[in-house]
Amino acid sequence: MDHFPTNWGNPRSEDVDSYNTYPVASNSGTVPHSVREIAGFGHAGGHPTSHTQQPVVTGTSVLGIKYKGGVMMAADNLASYGSLARFRDVERLHQVADFTVLGASGDMSDYQYVKHLLDSQMIKEYNADDGHTLATPNIYEYLWRVMYNRRSKMNPLWNTFVLGGVHKGEGFLGAIDLKGTPYQSPSIATGFGSHLAQPILRKEIENRGGEENITEEDATQILKKCMKVLFYRDARSMNKFQLATISAEGVKISEPMSVETEWAFAEKIRGYGA
Amino acid sequence: MFRNQYDNDISTWSPQGRLHQIEYALEAVKQGSASVGLRSNTHVVLLALKRSSGELASHQQKLFRIDNHMGIAIAGLVSDARVLSNFMRTECMKSKMMYDRPMPGSRLVSLIGDKAQINTQNYGRRPYGVGLLVGNYDEDTGPHLYECLPNANCLEYFAVSIGAKSQSAKTYLEKFAKDFGEIDVDALIMHGLHALRETLQQDKELNINNCSIGVVGKGQDWHVVEGDRLKAYLDQLESGVAPAASAEDLPQGEAMDTE
Repeated sequence: MDHFPTNWGNPRSEDVDSYNTYPVASNSGTVPHSVREIAGFGHAGGHPTSHTQQPVVTGTSVLGIKYKGGVMMAADNLASYGSLARFRDVERLHQVADFTVLGASGDMSDYQYVKHLLDSQMIKEYNADDGHTLATPNIYEYLWRVMYNRRSKMNPLWNTFVLGGVHKGEGFLGAIDLKGTPYQSPSIATGFGSHLAQPILRKEIENRGGEENITEEDATQILKKCMKVLFYRDARSMNKFQLATISAEGVKISEPMSVETEWAFAEKIRGYGA
Repeated sequence: MFRNQYDNDISTWSPQGRLHQIEYALEAVKQGSASVGLRSNTHVVLLALKRSSGELASHQQKLFRIDNHMGIAIAGLVSDARVLSNFMRTECMKSKMMYDRPMPGSRLVSLIGDKAQINTQNYGRRPYGVGLLVGNYDEDTGPHLYECLPNANCLEYFAVSIGAKSQSAKTYLEKFAKDFGEIDVDALIMHGLHALRETLQQDKELNINNCSIGVVGKGQDWHVVEGDRLKAYLDQLESGVAPAASAEDLPQGEAMDTE
């Protein structure tokens, strides 16, 4: 194997190098430090700056729905490595504050980094010890700034986040994607869920005449139904998921659960069954 | 002048355990014209006496808007105050930008304290030559009044004054402070004017040119009382009539309701 990373993806011979990438590493010896910093050659080992261009270990859809008195969210416990169901006990719903939960789809290492950022912010607030804390809209704004800042550096955090919470007696539900686009709605579904679950969530809300007519029990059933649909049709999903409930009483994140599924029909699918 | 062996720089103690340069900076605050601050359970009022360098000169600015929920009154070097108010405005904008939250007053005051402290411990620096009264209204914790001095002391008060002859105003405020909690803004302003009047030199009077009033409180953004409204308060002060309780006459904060 070629252990020289700047050669990776390039022609093996330096005689065939139409992009003139070959001598990049050697620049570290001849170019002054200040120039390297500006030109972007400045990282350790003299390798060129690298940016995230694709997610690696990924989580699939996160769902969120407002109901009377709060917000409920759902995400399964799977972190995939490509199409491989690599990690099957990952918690993708994280309690950030007393009344705020973060749900993450997309790259799981970026999610862990953002969790760390938010937890650090909350600790900073706590240490100020002055009676102020960050409420859900404040955390949302901060998350938005982080995501937009990173996309502006052409190095995005490869996630779509869902932030759910309760603030001043009202439910709060918002999403932010890797480009830093904020979006608030009575129901939110990321990734595959935006195609498969969001229509169901919207219809359920519409049929009841608005989220104010949805009880906590209704919301649980609606989300379970959506998770079942996602498990049937999203090949990166898993029938093991958690629900987060945020209400005036605080945050409750359930133990992992599953839904009943029926696979008898699969026999009749050409190319799947017998 | 006073020859003192231990006042050449900020970072040398005197054998009595004093830092003379810091004390001189506190004197600079006392050279400035007086500022008065007082607060009820819903509002903070800041008042200041404005000097003019001559008949043909304008009056100095004593009140500065920091943000919708915050304003300051100063005594001492105006140029230092401008630097600090610029810092405060920047911090408030950062808070809005990063968290969509008005800067909590207590935190901003601690930041000023940190800045001022550095100037009291590092060789080659000088302390700020200005004292600040910071008035702010916080949605969660209500109205607050802070005093920030060059010695990096930042304290919260019910009522306080700084600047020339501010002790006279303090004496007035101490006498009436127990009433301030429940009274309305008009009454609070009248008390403030009475206190400010105590700081005047003999044969001088408060008028619309030499007097500034700033108000911030529940449902009211920071605003400076000017023109006819200011004149009405000064007329009341002159006639000695008790303050009328008509909150409707007060300027209203933008897009917020009052009570």
